[in-house]
Amino acid sequence: MDVIFSFLQQHLEAVYIVILSVFLGVEVISRVPSVLHTPLMSGANAIHGVVIIGAIIVMGEAEPDNYLALVLGFLAVILGTINVVGGFVVTDRMLEMFKSKKTK
Amino acid sequence: MLSLIYLIGSVTFIVGLKMLSNPATARKGNAIAAGGMTLAILGTIFLYKHHGQGLHNYGWIVAGLFIGGVIGLVSARRVKMTAMPEMVSLFNGMGGACAALISVVEFEYMTEVIFTGAPVRMQLVIILAGMVIGSVSFAGSVIAWGKLNGSIKDISFKGQHIFNLIVLAVILLLAVVVTITLPAATVILFVVILLLSLLYGVCFVLPIGGADMPVVISLLNSFTGVAAACGGFLYNNPVMLTGGILVGSAGTILTILMCKAMNRSLKNVLIGSFGGPKVAGTSKEQGAYKEISLSDTAVIMAYAQKVMIVPGYGLAVAQAQHACHELENLLEARGVEVKYAIHPVAGRMPGHMNVLLAEADVPYEKLLEMEQANGQFNTTDVVLVLGANDVVNPAAKNDPASPIYGMPILEVENARSVIVNKRSMKPGYAGIENDLFFQPKTSMLFGDAKHVLQQLVAEIVNSL
Repeated sequence: MDVIFSFLQQHLEAVYIVILSVFLGVEVISRVPSVLHTPLMSGANAIHGVVIIGAIIVMGEAEPDNYLALVLGFLAVILGTINVVGGFVVTDRMLEMFKSKKTK
Repeated sequence: MLSLIYLIGSVTFIVGLKMLSNPATARKGNAIAAGGMTLAILGTIFLYKHHGQGLHNYGWIVAGLFIGGVIGLVSARRVKMTAMPEMVSLFNGMGGACAALISVVEFEYMTEVIFTGAPVRMQLVIILAGMVIGSVSFAGSVIAWGKLNGSIKDISFKGQHIFNLIVLAVILLLAVVVTITLPAATVILFVVILLLSLLYGVCFVLPIGGADMPVVISLLNSFTGVAAACGGFLYNNPVMLTGGILVGSAGTILTILMCKAMNRSLKNVLIGSFGGPKVAGTSKEQGAYKEISLSDTAVIMAYAQKVMIVPGYGLAVAQAQHACHELENLLEARGVEVKYAIHPVAGRMPGHMNVLLAEADVPYEKLLEMEQANGQFNTTDVVLVLGANDVVNPAAKNDPASPIYGMPILEVENARSVIVNKRSMKPGYAGIENDLFFQPKTSMLFGDAKHVLQQLVAEIVNSL
């Protein structure tokens, strides 16, 4: 129990962010036409690519002689970037079509 | 400075997501979120400091960003519109793998310096959570990808759900053991948890039917979000926290919304009581169906006043959207009114049909949503059902015993006549018989959707 309390106290801000973000996510999504479900999922997919920041930090803090960390970190950076770049580009391509048909 | 950048990043994610939920602003929203992401990444590279120390290994980081960027860009640009769902699933898996790898490296650091004490124990819990969720998401996404592109078939064996539960229980148990025996936390145990998580991801998705993949991908999407948020806790990084949790909660809601559109509960999808042979018990006396020839279909459609096309997964599989648009143009030129009736869950993903038809330049005004379409069927002469099945199954309205009872459907039986194009009489993904096919006003036109449409076009051009 003490472990959890002290953890909460140390990460109070983070805990607030988590709770507020949960509600925010629910609020933001609740009124979406079903047509947009796929692009929205794809967009959300790109946003969780924010994990790339963790990968960069891991990579950047790895000791130059710690090959395991270097290799895994490197892999993580590549995968994370694919997630971010691919995610946003795919979403944009989907939405491009939605737009083009409206202007026609 | 960096916290300001992270704040801006978080705000762009929220604004972006909000704008994505409105058709008019969606594209701009995506661009805003992408901009925020770029800012956050650049900020991390140049400004991140831990205990006053900046990052090193810049060469590796830049190389990784470059390689990943090129792969992501090329694959996202090249992928066909019809293969979009698979691609999203694969990208999601990459994110999950990334989160899992971060946890592995962090665990490695932890074993190097043996800490004791409270905060570290909680840190280990977060590392484990990130790794388990990340690798489940990775393995699951890869399977979902394989299933959507058809390289992996549905595999289920008796007691699979119990097996899955046991795997999950073992993962949790081992995680608890590792946490409690912290200083002695062995690498082997950690690796076992990693492997079990991957196994769980595979077993979790394998038995779920292809039609339910969008729901699963959406769920795995929110998993990855949570895994990313674990990283946020680890580094006390607010932008990872907001981004991750936002996607986690939004993804969960989206998953539930998708299930609702199909009138099924999440539990139902995951346990997959759908699609087994057991539901076939609800089928009654079916009677006979009648077939119709291509030339008859061509005549009926060419001389109709109003034709409604109901696209389904068959259209997507056959890549028949262009042929479909061609037929529509031809009929319109002859003065036939052609509309499309889009069921929200037709195809493999909500909105799948809209994207597909948009690719073939079908005008937006021709696509009717379900409620609109249902109001127009009684003035429609011919309904052409292209590879859709469950979304037009009247059992959803009439048969309380049916597994899809209560799901809103397109009421095509109100039209004067219905022509159903399917490859065979095999039931659809839900594995249930469709009474519609046996009704007197329904005729069956067997064949691959694209092939049939092309022949119809040729028939109308040449002989009418």
